[in-house]
Amino acid sequence: MKHISTIAKTERKSSVMGCGECQSSCQSACKTSCTVGNQTCKQEERINSTQKKENI
Amino acid sequence: MRFITHSFPFTYKGETFYLVYHPYSNSLHSVDKKAYLVIKHKYEELSPQELADFSALSAADVTEIESEIAELEAQGLIGFDQTFPYQKSNLVKALCLHVCHDCNLRCKYCFAKEGTYNTARDYMSKEVAKAAIDFLIAKSGSRKSLEIDFFGGEPLMNMDVVKFAVEYGRAAAKEHGKEFSFTMTTNAILLNDENIVFLNREMDNVVISIDGRREVHDRVRTTRSGVPAYDHILQAAKKFRAVRGDKRYYIRGTFTAYNLDFSNDVLALADAGFDQISVEPVVLPPENPMAITADKVGQVLSEYDKLAEAYIDRRANGKWFNFFHFMIDLTEGPCIMKRLSGCSAGCGYLAISPVGDIYPCHQFVGESDYKIGNVLEGTFDPAVPRKFAEITVNNKAKCENCFAKYYCSGGCVAASHYYEKDLFTPYGAGCEMMKKRLECSLGIYAVEKKYAKKR
Repeated sequence: MKHISTIAKTERKSSVMGCGECQSSCQSACKTSCTVGNQTCKQEERINSTQKKENI
Repeated sequence: MRFITHSFPFTYKGETFYLVYHPYSNSLHSVDKKAYLVIKHKYEELSPQELADFSALSAADVTEIESEIAELEAQGLIGFDQTFPYQKSNLVKALCLHVCHDCNLRCKYCFAKEGTYNTARDYMSKEVAKAAIDFLIAKSGSRKSLEIDFFGGEPLMNMDVVKFAVEYGRAAAKEHGKEFSFTMTTNAILLNDENIVFLNREMDNVVISIDGRREVHDRVRTTRSGVPAYDHILQAAKKFRAVRGDKRYYIRGTFTAYNLDFSNDVLALADAGFDQISVEPVVLPPENPMAITADKVGQVLSEYDKLAEAYIDRRANGKWFNFFHFMIDLTEGPCIMKRLSGCSAGCGYLAISPVGDIYPCHQFVGESDYKIGNVLEGTFDPAVPRKFAEITVNNKAKCENCFAKYYCSGGCVAASHYYEKDLFTPYGAGCEMMKKRLECSLGIYAVEKKYAKKR
């Protein structure tokens, strides 16, 4: 495309949603605001760490 | 029909990046000025100047850009809204354990009222800590990953109980097929060599409170006898940082109306050698002179822009650090259920006072109307968790058309309660700051992506 370039989009590898295994956002660093957009998904972490091991 | 899309310019060193963010697909697009005008015209309101610029575009340009927009729409990257139904859960996965309602600092802005939360200066007993861990395991159902944050007051003032809770928690987790992550939020006054070894070994994350520059810090944070605490805390934190390696920690500061130029405090912390930094706006009622009142929000927003530029510069020039509120994961990140529910205060995340009382979160401790039960007495009233389970971004009317709603989930519930007197109304000034932080995060992402290619 000439005018528009997509520089990021979410490509979720896992179909699992709402498993609740991720960290509570308030346990990370804030305690007075709520920021979830920067948290990580435990399922994705597991997939990534498995892929990393497989690639070694 | 107008769908939620956020088009905005982000400026770095005189270069303007035109960006388009679509919250439902969590996609970010870098566009030229013409496309910015056409997309914004389609989905949002143009300013008078932008409208004049839009009117000056050639018909051929508009047609070409509209065809590109149609391509994005076909890919599901723009031009639609979606409702995600929330799946409620009554499982508890995280506790904030107030091991001590006493503190060795007297921070002038403390939301915990010198660590007491308007209660007695109680210290948690081992019996309460054990009951809290048993309560968490019993309420966690099928959840395997459980969390406990040692909080206060100042948790290092009750280290015997912290050590007991870790040991008991690890054993109980093994018995019940769970995994515990422990964290601590501390002011570092008692962070001696022995505690450093223990925290580094046992804590998955350690949050150390320092406010940035010495003069800013010591104006609002002193010991009980009024002695400035900056030098002592900084040295202890540096020592901890040195042994921490690549394990998780945060240096966590607070800014108030006294230091609206807080980007200098973030950078001072980075200069001190810390690379994981979070500096947050103070939580205070508007009548307090340190409060971030509506008239000060504009200055705060400008300061985030200033910080974003310095942040990009430093990261590109061998002085990399991470600022908590500029972190964003556009490729993976949390699932939609997490984005709807946020911190899950009052249901998935609860706080336990030193005497075992259960509250929706640490900021509600001491609010008798919100007491849920007591872990020692084995009482638990499900009415409060039921109410809090309804507090998702889907049920906050003011969030309906906000582009940041899946980034903050409608913000801090305690802030809604204290500032807006309504659990379902997001804290207005907090919304403005959150939206600016998201814009900065997206802008930083775009700039770093562009220049990373060239390096």
